[in-house]
Amino acid sequence: MMNFPVLSVITFTPIVAAMIILLLPSQRKNEARAVALTAASFALLLALWVYLQYLTQNMTGYQFTEKYDWLPMLGISLHFGVDGISAPLVLLTGVVMFTGVLISWGDDHPHVMAGIQDRPREFFAFLFILAWGVLGVFVSLDLFMLFFFYEIAVFPMYLLIVIWGWNVTREYAAMKLTLYLFIGSVIALVGVLVMYWAHAENTGVLTFDMLKIETAGFPATFQIIWFLPVFLGFAVLGGIWPFHNWSPDGHVAAPTAVSMFHAGVLMKLGAFAALRVGIMLLPEGAKYWQWLVMLFAAIAVVYGAYIAFVQMDFKYMVGFSSVSHMGLVMLGFSTLNRDGLLGSGLQMFSHGVMTALFFAVVGMIYDRAHTRQIPELGGMSKVMPFATVGFIIGGLVSMGMPLFSGFIAEFPIFLGVWNEQWLVAVICSISIIITAAYIMRNIRQVFFGEIPENLKGHIGDITVLDKVAITTLCLFMILIGLYPSMMAPMVDRGVTYILNILYPGGS
Amino acid sequence: MFSSTMFASILPEILILILGMLVLIVEPFWKEEQRRNVGWLTAGGLFLSMIISLLFGQPGEPTATLGGMVRFDWLGFFFKQLFMFAGAATALLLMDNEKVGRRGESYLLLLASLLGMNLMAVSSNLVMLYLAIETTSIPLYVLAGFMVGDDKSAEAGFKYLLFGVLTSTIMLYGFSLVFGFSGTTDLYQLAQMYRVGDLSPLTAFAVLALILVGIGFKVSIVPFHFWAPDVYEGAPTPVAGFLSTASKAAGFAVLVRLFFVAFPGADLARSWTITLAILSAITMTLGNMLALPQTNIKRLLAFSSVAHAGYALIGVVAFTKLGAASVVFYLAAYILTNLLAFGIAMAFSKVTGFEDLKDYAGMSRRNPGLALMMLAAFLSLTGMPPFGGFVAKVIVFAAGVQAGYVWLVVVGIINSMIGVYYYLNALKYVYLYRMPNEDEENHPIPLTRPYAIALVILAVGVVLIGVVFAPWFGWSEAAALNLF
Repeated sequence: MMNFPVLSVITFTPIVAAMIILLLPSQRKNEARAVALTAASFALLLALWVYLQYLTQNMTGYQFTEKYDWLPMLGISLHFGVDGISAPLVLLTGVVMFTGVLISWGDDHPHVMAGIQDRPREFFAFLFILAWGVLGVFVSLDLFMLFFFYEIAVFPMYLLIVIWGWNVTREYAAMKLTLYLFIGSVIALVGVLVMYWAHAENTGVLTFDMLKIETAGFPATFQIIWFLPVFLGFAVLGGIWPFHNWSPDGHVAAPTAVSMFHAGVLMKLGAFAALRVGIMLLPEGAKYWQWLVMLFAAIAVVYGAYIAFVQMDFKYMVGFSSVSHMGLVMLGFSTLNRDGLLGSGLQMFSHGVMTALFFAVVGMIYDRAHTRQIPELGGMSKVMPFATVGFIIGGLVSMGMPLFSGFIAEFPIFLGVWNEQWLVAVICSISIIITAAYIMRNIRQVFFGEIPENLKGHIGDITVLDKVAITTLCLFMILIGLYPSMMAPMVDRGVTYILNILYPGGS
Repeated sequence: MFSSTMFASILPEILILILGMLVLIVEPFWKEEQRRNVGWLTAGGLFLSMIISLLFGQPGEPTATLGGMVRFDWLGFFFKQLFMFAGAATALLLMDNEKVGRRGESYLLLLASLLGMNLMAVSSNLVMLYLAIETTSIPLYVLAGFMVGDDKSAEAGFKYLLFGVLTSTIMLYGFSLVFGFSGTTDLYQLAQMYRVGDLSPLTAFAVLALILVGIGFKVSIVPFHFWAPDVYEGAPTPVAGFLSTASKAAGFAVLVRLFFVAFPGADLARSWTITLAILSAITMTLGNMLALPQTNIKRLLAFSSVAHAGYALIGVVAFTKLGAASVVFYLAAYILTNLLAFGIAMAFSKVTGFEDLKDYAGMSRRNPGLALMMLAAFLSLTGMPPFGGFVAKVIVFAAGVQAGYVWLVVVGIINSMIGVYYYLNALKYVYLYRMPNEDEENHPIPLTRPYAIALVILAVGVVLIGVVFAPWFGWSEAAALNLF
């Protein structure tokens, strides 16, 4: 069983499914959906198996590794492996894939028009190409392949938003998003290539293998010069201030499942790549620029929360809250200590699940009420109680309430920041208050009170598939909140690995 | 006198010649409506020639054959295979073109031009090189203006002829100066003379500049690019596709052999690499900038092909083994991709008669498969994985960074972003916009068999070269090693 190439199977399941879906005749909508759901469940189960193996076998470092030579002349190989940081993210991708397919299944009720009715075949195919890229980045240990998958994760977003998005802003938002992400990634590419040649010059070995480049020991000035392009290039996708602008626009314009992917997984992709390539390959650069990253992150945390607070559009609110929460992830990175990094690792998973839930619920409401303006909504708890409970749980996670995963994630981040710079921790804690304010306000306005006259009678409950999706997402948030040892120890082992790189010899 | 090596070194050309004669003989016996089948014959014959030359025509150690006129090495071999592949695809795409496909001459001219390209890739003597270039160009002048009675086509043919003749004359002048200064026309002897110091760097540089005019025209480097959009727009689309791929690659084959082999040496190399670096930056930038406002798909592809010449030049500028390999790889990926793009434009305009981007609205509903292939082609041109264009671009950029041309790579990257905009913009018409009455299901775009075969092969090729890139890179590297 140990030789079973489980990571390759997980990674290539979506693309195989996408190919199968594309080969179906276009009228076969339900068959396309069924293939998508099967593939997503399969990937989710395997990801869960990998996760539990890693957790229960007390594994450390990179496990489930596979290596196949791809272009030996330039040292490119298909090198897969997961550690304590990336295993939860692979699981997260599986969860979001699974729930995303459920949400997009569709509802033929005449007033509803939920899910994807127009060309579901292409929709699921593009969505799965996106998932392929995302999974590839999380498991790649080869810099070239990481970049390869990273780009794959970028372009389907354009099509998904532009074809199935909100028709008011989709063209603008899709192009903005693609250009931002592409610019970020190619700037990082220059840094990657420079690292590659510098490593080749030092050691005489041509390789893109990150485990080898980690030990290259680049000179400090080199690291200081190249850290910013590499880190920020990837962090654009993580929604770091001041390059976050594409993100809320993209969230709002995207169809529900794509928003879930986008905020739930794709932004983690940016943060993860920034950590994996920026901080872990250029640790001296990370130490030198620590203050700048911390500054950007702190601004994102507070500013994102404030902008979310003043939004009248429900989806924009969730979009800006993502900027704020991803700022917390970056803030954790910037501490470069155990608590902060541990918190970031947990926050990536916690926020991914939470924001996927938020967007799912927002999408369900919009599909039925045809408006997202918060003042025009009300009383949703009467027609969709299940979604209401889900949103409240998500809200509690978002506020960082104890017993939910948000607390487990945010508390260590603030602890870590306090150790580095107490003032930043104090300022950033304002965001928790603002977050609590806008979440509570929205829960009251949207879910309670009276249903507006014009909506009465038009709105029905969500479908069974939607409920399954909400349950799945809530389950993870509650379980991790109640039993942090389901995730914290393995993330901690991943952090130990990073700390060994940051402070060789221990400190 | 006659040896098997000599025979093997020009095996593909012999086969093409035989095929051309066969086309000439067969064509008059076929009735008017059957004549499009000459396309099957041409494509099949070229495919067979590829296989035969793969089996019996593989080079070993680089050798000079035919009295030093021809160099028999992997570089030439690889390029020849590429050209013949492009020729076969073009023959298939020609078949259902109303005004061109039913006439046997068009296939004959295609083969004649292909013969010239094959010789361009292997010429190691300036005289041979000039003859090869002219053999390539003259049939293409005719093909570009092939649609009698069509003003645009006539203009295209004439424009191509005038610029072509002008630039090739300047190049010939350069060749004559080379002979005057050195007394030899053999590229490899020139290199020898240059090494021992018989040729001063300044003279060599001046001569190279003249030669660059001719080659710059072929590969459409700015400022010798301005024929491209008009000619591509006016010429029959398959011919435009052929011009922008095989003909351009042939120019690059000459460029690398000439610059890497005949005029090496550190001090000279420095001056011409800088010249080429500047030209490359200008070519990319201008090509992309001018592609931005285009509304006609052929003009868009014309300017994008100018830009791509600029990207490929980065590999030449790097002047390293990896640089040379990256150029060869880039061209392989580019030929497949651009032929695919032109093929789609052809298939589309065959059915609809339109060439403007706005007419592509609703295409993804009219023929989802064709739209998907267009997606592959355009994303490959953008440089997105998992398509060939991505790997090609990364390797070219890697070569640039290795050689210390980080600024040029940054220019290339900025240009790629501009590319993202206009390629995605084209895809927006295909996937997002609807036809005026939203009745796409009543306007399907059926593909005839030659189109379907050619396009599917090209699309699969674009994906294969982008995913399983090791063998392609291996061949590119083997080809590039012959330059050093």
